[in-house]
Amino acid sequence: MSFSTAGYQLAPVLPELVLAVGAMALLMLGAYRGQETTRTVTSLAVLLLVVVGVLVYAQPAGKQVTFGGSFIVDDFARFMKILSLIGSAVTLVLSTEFLSDPSRRIFEYAILVLLSTLGMMVLISAGDLISLYLGLELMSLALYVVASSNRDNAKSTEAGLKYFVLGALSSGMLLYGSSLVYGFTGTVSFTGIAAAVTASNIGLVFGLVFLLAGLCFKVSAVPFHMWTPDVYEGAPTPVTAFFASAPKVAALAVFTRVTLTAFPGIVSQWQQILVFVAIASMALGSFAAIGQSNIKRLMAYSSIGHMGFALVGLASGTVEGAQGVLMYIVIYVAMTLGSFSIILAMKRNGQAVEQISDFAGLSRTNPLLAFMFAMLLFSLAGIPPLAGFFAKWYVFVAAIKANLFTLAVIGVLSSVVGAYYYLAIVKTMYFDEPAGQVDPVRVEVKTVLAVAGLFNILFALFAGPVVSVASAAAKSLF
Amino acid sequence: MTTWPILSVTTFLPAVGALIVYLSRGDDEASRRNSRWIALWTTLITFAVSVILVMRFDPNSADFQFVEKANWLATGITYHMGVDGISLPLVILTTAVMPFCIIASWKAITNRVREYMMAFLILETLMIGTFSALDLVLFYLFFEGGLIPMFLIIGVWGGPRRVYASFKFFLYTLLGSVLMLLAIMALYWNGGTTDIPTLMHTAVPRSLQTWAWLAFFASFAVKMPMWPVHTWLPDAHVEAPTAGSVVLAAILLKMGGYGFLRFSLPMFPLASHDFAPLIFTLSAIAIIYTSLVALMQEDMKKLIAYSSVAHMGFVTMGIFAGTMQGVAGGMFQMISHGIVSGALFLCVGIVYDRLHTREIAAYGGLVNRMPLYAMTFMVFTMANVGLPGTSGFVGEFMTLLGTFKVSIPTAFFATFGVILSAGYALWLYRKVVFGALVKPSLMSMKDLTLRECVTLFPMVALTILFGVWPKPVLDMSAASVQQLVNNYNTAVTAVKAAALLQ
Repeated sequence: MSFSTAGYQLAPVLPELVLAVGAMALLMLGAYRGQETTRTVTSLAVLLLVVVGVLVYAQPAGKQVTFGGSFIVDDFARFMKILSLIGSAVTLVLSTEFLSDPSRRIFEYAILVLLSTLGMMVLISAGDLISLYLGLELMSLALYVVASSNRDNAKSTEAGLKYFVLGALSSGMLLYGSSLVYGFTGTVSFTGIAAAVTASNIGLVFGLVFLLAGLCFKVSAVPFHMWTPDVYEGAPTPVTAFFASAPKVAALAVFTRVTLTAFPGIVSQWQQILVFVAIASMALGSFAAIGQSNIKRLMAYSSIGHMGFALVGLASGTVEGAQGVLMYIVIYVAMTLGSFSIILAMKRNGQAVEQISDFAGLSRTNPLLAFMFAMLLFSLAGIPPLAGFFAKWYVFVAAIKANLFTLAVIGVLSSVVGAYYYLAIVKTMYFDEPAGQVDPVRVEVKTVLAVAGLFNILFALFAGPVVSVASAAAKSLF
Repeated sequence: MTTWPILSVTTFLPAVGALIVYLSRGDDEASRRNSRWIALWTTLITFAVSVILVMRFDPNSADFQFVEKANWLATGITYHMGVDGISLPLVILTTAVMPFCIIASWKAITNRVREYMMAFLILETLMIGTFSALDLVLFYLFFEGGLIPMFLIIGVWGGPRRVYASFKFFLYTLLGSVLMLLAIMALYWNGGTTDIPTLMHTAVPRSLQTWAWLAFFASFAVKMPMWPVHTWLPDAHVEAPTAGSVVLAAILLKMGGYGFLRFSLPMFPLASHDFAPLIFTLSAIAIIYTSLVALMQEDMKKLIAYSSVAHMGFVTMGIFAGTMQGVAGGMFQMISHGIVSGALFLCVGIVYDRLHTREIAAYGGLVNRMPLYAMTFMVFTMANVGLPGTSGFVGEFMTLLGTFKVSIPTAFFATFGVILSAGYALWLYRKVVFGALVKPSLMSMKDLTLRECVTLFPMVALTILFGVWPKPVLDMSAASVQQLVNNYNTAVTAVKAAALLQ
């Protein structure tokens, strides 16, 4: 059998091939030239991600399927891939300072991020359960190592180990669920499952539950969220920024694809699960964050809550819901990267400070930083006219259309509770007395912050085009 | 006729001013003075532009004028601006009050002047936008966006309990508004658009009307504020800086009344009719209860804050009476209250700047040292009481008249508010201005400066002018109010007739 036969073209996977070959080439470079190449490897990795992004963008519109249906490239996949590539590239840029320390000159860091990104891209394009699992493991295994990349720090090591053990458990659940689904439908391909699943059947529902449990773990939705605060706090800050952005995009993408394309026949079955998970995540994200004093832990709970909001869109199971998820994730990535660039910028005498009390009076010592962070926090709370409001609008509008009123009401009420802790940080920055000067902000952090901050503040001006792209991407799933 | 987007210019001019203030860097005295002047000129030019709106406005038409429409978000959500007789007076009120706020903060605010002026200018943009948006999403954007600058104004430049007050203000208002947001979404799916003029002519099913009305009510009742969700207001007023209180009382509270007029009555007439008794009850309780509470206050700002709640009770009562007199009276009362309560807070601010206390007991006999102040304060006190010849009388009288036709008990109980308001307002005036000048701290009090005269005298003139000649305001809104009342009555009678036939 030759690879030129129909159904096995290589053109749709060109970006992934380039990324894989590029990552291996950089690995060779690093392996032969030693740790001094860290800076070069990191820069080249960013360049590689940009090139891959251009390749994804240049792929023809419309749906292409290859490898016998296990790899799908459609508008949805391209949208999500570009977003996770942006997330990875930006976090690599933000890692420059972390990697410049002599004790932490590890070129493998960039390689692992690249491989993890490759896993995300496979995951996003997965058309069957096998490629889903392959992508997920490639992404996760690289992430486990990255989490403990600050080797001499006990917390970082603990984070990596914790993530690994719980991640392995969730992979197990996912595999178990997949095998049940395969057993009851006789196929692993999403379209095949969709054709086979017309009525619910207890064994299949079991499989579905395990499958969704595994996916919930990856998006850190309640009740599979326990690892998030510890890993976020323990991992080095640039790594946390990475965890909070790109892998979330990929996991949410595959979550959307599995539920909407493989199980459209039993919407009512998975809808109940998602409604529960969304409500639990939003509520826990809002209430548990109130007591936090460490900004990274707080961001962990915040991201749990935000995943809950994104799942509100998915729970509606409609094309509007998919569009809501897409809008939410775009804006979420921008807000998260912006917030983490501020956390990275917070340094006193060369030491990173992570307590919320360290932000006291920031509006006097560094007004611009404080203003940007305040706007990001208001945006995370969903206050218009900032970007976060539009994210919430699109998920809730889908929920209202699907008549999920209870979900919508609980959702908006928990967003008010959530607003409390975001306001508490604004209060610390604006109403309290300064806690001392902060160091000058590095240029790459400034750039990321400026782009993310302006995107966030001015989103209302260019929301139209983003909405139409997201709408086209959502339609490609149906 | 108009070739330039005059309404958008009015709306976004203050934001441009804020940008200019931002660009004028520095923290020395010179740059502070610059910020003040830039802010003042911005508000003045905005006011001048809004005067053009009045001159070109056709009061005989009930339609939206100066309409601007542009693509914004896909699928039925557009950038749509326009004003009619209900929103234009409030736009003018906003642009007219803002310069006074800037002047009132001239000496009182000495730290972080630049940020302060920027917050106020941004707030002005958001307030004007709220009144002139003709798309629900756009409206919500402006309506909720106003929370951010106001939160900072109370929290950064406020009094000792500013943190508590600012959080309470923000969270209370947000809680009401998110429910309205869900109702907006439901209307969007019902009508396929969030365009307000279109939605006004879109039939809303009865059950949706009820729920949507309640959701909008949750937001506007908090904003208004109505009893029993008014408790954030006294705290916010007491802690806010003078100009913040003025904006809060004069403009932000009017957003609630505007919302009832713009959304509740025209879009959900049947639900409005069903819930009118609820509104009447809450309004009557608000008028009597908060007036009684005002009688017990020891803080000047708190007293005026409670009196605001009582006066807003007249507005809600008049609006939901659904009669021409009631609605027009509610409209007039909002404008009048905007001027009078704003001026009263300025008056409090003037003595606060001198003595740094708002305790009523700390004052007494000011008339001996400050005759000009006593005179202006008296005019506003009388207007607050609703003395004939001041603008306060016209609004109260018309709302009572309009309500009397619909619900005599409500009008009966509400009239007690007039007596009680005389009680607390005159008591306040006597304690502060009259009596013997015995307190040593008051001996060196100086009368109004030129700057303070500039802020107060125009308001005195307007209070008396609208008291004897309310025609300009009433005429401006007459056609729109007439149409609103007609549509409301048609909808209600149609349902009643249908019910009789069955």
